Amino acid sequence: MATRPADIRPTRGWRLYDPRLAWLLLAPATLLIVCFLILPILVMAVYTFFTFITAGVEQSTPTLANWHEFLTDPYYHGFLFKTLRVGVVTSLICGVVGYFPAYFIWSTEFKHKWLLLLLLIVPFWISFTIRTFSWIHILGEEGLINVALLRLGLIDQPLQMLYTEGAVIMGMVHFLLPYMILNVYVSLENIDRTLISAARSMGCTNAQAFREVTLPLSLPGLAAGLLLCFVLAAGSYVTPQILGSGRDALFGNLIYDTIMGQLNWPMGATLSIVLFLVLGSVAALYTRYMGMSQIVKGLGG
Amino acid sequence: MSAAPADREGRWAWRLTRFMTVCVYIFMFAPILATIVLSFNASRFGGFPMTGFSLHWYGVLWQNAAVVTAFKASLWIALVTAVVTTIVGVLTALALVRFDFRGKEALGTLVILPALVPETILGVGLLILIKSIDQPRTLTILILGHILLALPYVVLIAQARMISVRRVYEEAAMSMGASRFATFREVTLPLLVPAVAAGALLAFTISFDNTSASLFWRPAGVETMPTQILAMLKTSISPEVNALGTVMIVMTVGIPLLGGAIASALTHLNRRKSREDAR
Repeated sequence: MATRPADIRPTRGWRLYDPRLAWLLLAPATLLIVCFLILPILVMAVYTFFTFITAGVEQSTPTLANWHEFLTDPYYHGFLFKTLRVGVVTSLICGVVGYFPAYFIWSTEFKHKWLLLLLLIVPFWISFTIRTFSWIHILGEEGLINVALLRLGLIDQPLQMLYTEGAVIMGMVHFLLPYMILNVYVSLENIDRTLISAARSMGCTNAQAFREVTLPLSLPGLAAGLLLCFVLAAGSYVTPQILGSGRDALFGNLIYDTIMGQLNWPMGATLSIVLFLVLGSVAALYTRYMGMSQIVKGLGG
Repeated sequence: MSAAPADREGRWAWRLTRFMTVCVYIFMFAPILATIVLSFNASRFGGFPMTGFSLHWYGVLWQNAAVVTAFKASLWIALVTAVVTTIVGVLTALALVRFDFRGKEALGTLVILPALVPETILGVGLLILIKSIDQPRTLTILILGHILLALPYVVLIAQARMISVRRVYEEAAMSMGASRFATFREVTLPLLVPAVAAGALLAFTISFDNTSASLFWRPAGVETMPTQILAMLKTSISPEVNALGTVMIVMTVGIPLLGGAIASALTHLNRRKSREDAR
């Protein structure tokens, strides 16, 4: 910027990098986000104080009834705790399982490394719904595992694997693993490899070098992956709908049913705001300690 | 840098890593392969075992008007989303990379916010906003919603590329009298082509694939491809759904791969041509 040529004259009173021009360029995106994200969340927050009359009808008479109902009814607390538990379990499994391939891809001398990376991106192109329902072919009564075990005579009744919490978690791990692997991989790629050579040359075994150098330096990526997986898992409702039974419904399903099924908009708004606040505070806690940059890197792949 | 560990502990760790990596790749693709294989099943039921090879279910799928309608709807929505998001995303990235102004940091965060807020919340929020001003759900709102969801990714891709395009090129063009727009068209845009293509493709996929938010936003009576699949799954998993899944997989994986292959072949050809021209 110091070398900005002086001979670029302002055109019609606009400087070369005029802030006004920046705002003009940003206007469409800003307008969209304000109208479709900020405003909806604000209106939703107001809606939590509306009075529910009957399905699809509510009044703007202010009331605390929705919040009171949420705070006192253990039914809702159960949903919230189960959702958080499923989110934590899912993201931890993703973290443990996803670290191996990330590390492998980073350190392998395999010539076609790009292929391994490409295969991680391919799932993003395949419809999420298809990826999820395809598990029915593995876990279902007519699924690969049951049919194989029955044929081998190891069981005489199909095992109930589908429509359980395990199946829901498995489906989520399946959909979130690429996010985790790419996040960890990106942070591994940023490690200066001479640090590891240095550790090795000073007498560290490979394992020690991994524990003392590689692992700590890859933690930001792991943390970003864990956050991303947790938020996406805890906010999801299509996976439980396809792979879970009614008992495995998560907070997202509760919101969907409250709004689309019971048409209780004020309560649906309240539940959405609760989920927003809970997930938002987890994310805020994370950014406080880790900053935003790692998430941006992870999203950019 | 040697990857083959010399010590014993390291050797076992490396074996475990390799084993887990293989397992993860199997885990990621086995269900998808099962769906593809089962789509050729002659059986009336959607599951294993295979009773014979048949293309019967593809024929049934082709006759299913609801599926064809949903497919067309999704295609249009995704096309419009891809075009608009790419334009808006590139403009946004341009402003965030080239300009200095107050509130830049905050805006950078604001722009990626749609990727961080769960779709359920975005879905409900927009629905309540529309309801509170007594507007019906329309296709326009659905598309604008999809643009919102795809925007962060397009901006991030364009931003990453724009940072590597040095501004001296643009300044050189302008100092020689090119207008702003001409500079953008002749200098910036050609250098951004890979990012623009990648961003457009990603926006298309995000829109074409969107399920959670579309369930809230779609106008009454409109089904997109994913919501149509969900509706079909409600009854039972039929071989028809498998055939549909396979068609979609071939499309969504095939198109980007083909695009990538063509692009790399073209650059290869160009490079060879310019080398010959140099001679």
